Parts: sequence; C-alpha cells; structure tokens
Amino acid sequence: MLESGAALGPVEVAYETYGTLNADRTNAVYVCHALTGDAHAAGHHGDPDRRGWWDNIIGPGRPVDTDRFFVVCANLLGGCQGTTGPSSTDPATGRPYGLSFPLVTVRDLVEVHRALLAHLGITHLAGAIGGSLGGMQVLQWVIDHPGEISAAMVICSSSRLSAQNIAFSAVAREAIMRDPDFQGGDYYGTDRAPDTGLSIARMMAHITYLSEESMREKFGRRLQHGDAPRFDFSVDFQVESYLQHQGESFLKRFDANTYLYMTRVMDYFDAFADPAAVGATLEGTSTKFLIISFDSDWRFDTEHSREIVRQLQSWRVPVTFREIASPWGHDSFLLEIPEYHRTVGAFLARTADDLAI
Amino acid sequence: MSLRPDLDVVAAMVHDGRRVLDLGCGDGALLAHLINDRGCDGTGVEISDEGFHACVARGVPVMVADIDQGLSEVEDDAYDVVILSQTLQATHRPALVLQEMMRVGKVGIVSFPNFAHWRLRWSLAVRGRMPASRSLPYHWYDTPNIHLCSIRDFETLLAHDDLRTIRRVLLDERGRPVGDARRRRPNLLAAGAVYMVGRATP
Repeated sequence: MLESGAALGPVEVAYETYGTLNADRTNAVYVCHALTGDAHAAGHHGDPDRRGWWDNIIGPGRPVDTDRFFVVCANLLGGCQGTTGPSSTDPATGRPYGLSFPLVTVRDLVEVHRALLAHLGITHLAGAIGGSLGGMQVLQWVIDHPGEISAAMVICSSSRLSAQNIAFSAVAREAIMRDPDFQGGDYYGTDRAPDTGLSIARMMAHITYLSEESMREKFGRRLQHGDAPRFDFSVDFQVESYLQHQGESFLKRFDANTYLYMTRVMDYFDAFADPAAVGATLEGTSTKFLIISFDSDWRFDTEHSREIVRQLQSWRVPVTFREIASPWGHDSFLLEIPEYHRTVGAFLARTADDLAI
Repeated sequence: MSLRPDLDVVAAMVHDGRRVLDLGCGDGALLAHLINDRGCDGTGVEISDEGFHACVARGVPVMVADIDQGLSEVEDDAYDVVILSQTLQATHRPALVLQEMMRVGKVGIVSFPNFAHWRLRWSLAVRGRMPASRSLPYHWYDTPNIHLCSIRDFETLLAHDDLRTIRRVLLDERGRPVGDARRRRPNLLAAGAVYMVGRATP
C-alpha cells in the first residue's frame, strides 16, 4: 500500500551489498541513490572500468568503510534498473505499467528500503547516506522511524523544492511528454521511445548539476573543430558536444517514464509540512544528523541545507552541519573532495565507535 | 576528564538538561562535558577545520559557521543557553555577535579576559609594551584577539544593548573564581570575568 492509498504489488527490488554483516547485525549502512542512480553503487562486475557510481566513497578504507560496515544499496521503487517501476509488467494486464504505475512518494521509497532490510534481517542501521534525492530519503526515514538509524547523512539535499527547482523538473517532463514518440507513456515494445525528449531533459538537468565556474574551466568557449567558428547550427562549441554526449549516453541506461516519476517524487516532497506529526516523532530521537552542502551548488544551494538544520534543531535533534568548498556544483557529492570525504568518514567512524562495531 | 577552570565556571552556570549552543566551541571539550555528564542537548559553532574535526571525533554536534556573519542556521529562541567562552574578543563584530547570541538563546554566558587588569595596565603604562599574560598569551602581531575590552567596557555594552546581568563571576589569571578581596575593584584586580546575561525586557 502506497502513501497515496493506491496498492502496488508484487514489488521486486534490485540491490547490491558490500562488506560483511556482523553477527549482531549492527553494522549496516544504507546508501540511498539519487534521481538517476541505481543499485550498483560500488565495486565492479568484472569490468574495472565500470565501477559503481559512488565507488570513491564506498570500499575498504574509504569513508563508508566496507572493512567495518555492511553496505546496502537498492534501485528505487519506480526505477528502471531492476526494481519494479513503470517499465515493469503489470500482473493485472500482462503489459508494462507505463503511466498506470501509481505515483510514489519519498515515504514509499523508504518503506521499500525497510522491507528489503527486513528481508535481510536488519532492524537497525549504523548509518544511512544519500545525496540530493538520496538525502531526502534519509531525512524522511528518520522522520518516520526515528532511532532506526544512528548516523543520518544528508548531502546537498533539500526538505522541499523551491519554485525554481520544480520549474526545471517541469520543463524536463514537458520535453519527454511532448515528444511524439512518447505515446502517452505506452511506448514499450513499439520500437519508438521519447529519446529526443529524454535526452533534452537530461541535457538541461546536467547544466544545473554543474557550476558556472566548472563549465567555464572545463569548456570555456572552446570549439570542437579548430579555431574558426563554423557559423551554423551544428555542434560547434565543446560544451554542446559534451551535453549531446550526456543526453545520448543517458538513453542507454534510463527509462523516460522513470524520469517522470522520480522528478515528481522530488516535487511533492515536503519533509516538515506537518510540524505536529514531525515533532511527535523527531523530538528526542537518538539519531545524529550530518548535513553537508557545497558552496557552488545552485541546484540545491546551502540555504536548502540550512533549512533542514534549522528544522532539525527546533526538534532538539543533534545536527552537525558543514558547507564544503568545491567548484563542481551539485555534482560535487559524487566526487572525491578531500574535506567532504574526511568529514563523512570521521562522522561514521565515531558512530561505529559508539556502537562498538 | 577535567575541564579548564574557566570552563568549569561556565559549566556551573548551566542547569542540567538544557539546550546549549556554544559559539566558538573549539575542540568541543565543554560541550562534551555538558552532553555526556550533565544531560544537556548541545551544539557547537566553530570556524576552524581543526575544531570541527575535534568535535566530530568526540561525537559533539557542530556547525561550521562564521559567527561574525550572524547565525542564519539558528532560529530565534532555539536554545536555552548560548555560550561565548573566550571568543567575544576574537570576533570582528562583537556587538552583532552579542545580539545574535541573545536572539537565538534565552540566556547568554560570556567569558572574556579583562584588559584593564592591573598587570596589563602595568605592562603598557610602565614597560611601554603591548600586554601579554596567561590569558592573553600572544604578541600584538599574531593575536586573534582584536576586540579586547575591560569589565567596565563590557558592562557599558550590556547597558547599551538593554541586557541585564543575571550573575557574574570574576576570575584570576588561572581562570579560577577570585576571592572577596579583589571584588571591590574588579576592573583592576580581576583577570577575567564570566557573565550570565538575559534580556532586560523578557
């Protein structure tokens, strides 16, 4: 049963684990992925060039230390990388759900994570970590089930989107839904898919993940071919070529309907909308929060993190907060930035010490 | 683990179980004591990387912020007690910091070195040198203490900001509470002071 009241099932969950669960089952750390992530967070499946999306932070001796922790990461509900989503077959019709897949919420994503943990025999998490939409799940998890997580780490995230954030999501969805090949979301098996719309959505989103400084440094106004501009509408600037590549390579691994659902999940998220309910659960929780933002992130700027800090403090929740200097914008959370990794590592290590892991 | 004597004086002013914000918390020693031994909810604010990581290693909640820029992370009245221990004199905008402190907390505890202590006066008046002492162990050119004041100066600022003194403890050069003899001429005889202050009109 979903938050909306709609029923969905059965739900299949694709997940990966790293490290070893200890005998007391106390050393689990849950990794919540962001908008376009998947369960493959770390390591590789035979090809060392295809490492997980957060391999730099998860592993032996890394901040999320797999010598010490048992790390779990699952594809989100509504996803397209193995977990039940709009491209999965609806048992009622024998055809892919498409847009008949119910709208899900961050709360629903968390409940699926918890069902997976129950399946693994884990009732308490040493830590949970996520960036962006991943951080929203960590925050909602603690609000709904305070004390279930010892160290909650929310990286460059938000308790609710701004109008500007929603506007970007809206344009991305429009690009997909107005693509003639979208076919009302029932494009599966038609050998047509809204590839143009999805790649435009990805290209635009990608601009918001980078900072102006990092784009200037990476591309400037450099041209693709030689020194002379072509003066036409082909891909002439390097930044155009880069975006085009981002858009096209995204098509190979992502489903347009999942993009619609996941951006909508973020739009509707409002963690502290009901202060009475939040206060009743959060006040006096034993969960400790680490909130991190990046100074060049304008997708979810530091003010989003400050709002989370203010809210949590008002419920007497212990919060450690830091804005990290980084030129790489929202994408910083995926990069190996020494102060950032040092902070996550130290926070988790202290938690592990407290739990005698 | 025993606290520095002046921190002991500060800690004694905090009731058990209160919500405490420590501005310029350094390595978090005072907060660790208040949280672990006194049942307080505590958060530190610190600007240095060393201080931040020392707090994280101790398990003390800490926010990196420049208190001279105000405390935009903290809502009005979010804390019962706000501590400013040996920090006021190192801020660029002490008046703003004091205001912010009384915005986010119901009660403030401020400790600072008294720049009118006789030994410092002696150093400047007789030796012609910028004073250095146990509580001010820096040279003029490398000191973080840029806004030093005397006990009398501080009380003038409190009056100006409409703040009232709830309690005051005078300190000797080792940061211990001083005996009665010095209390008659505090501005001359006390090396430092700890004030507990509140809003004049609650």
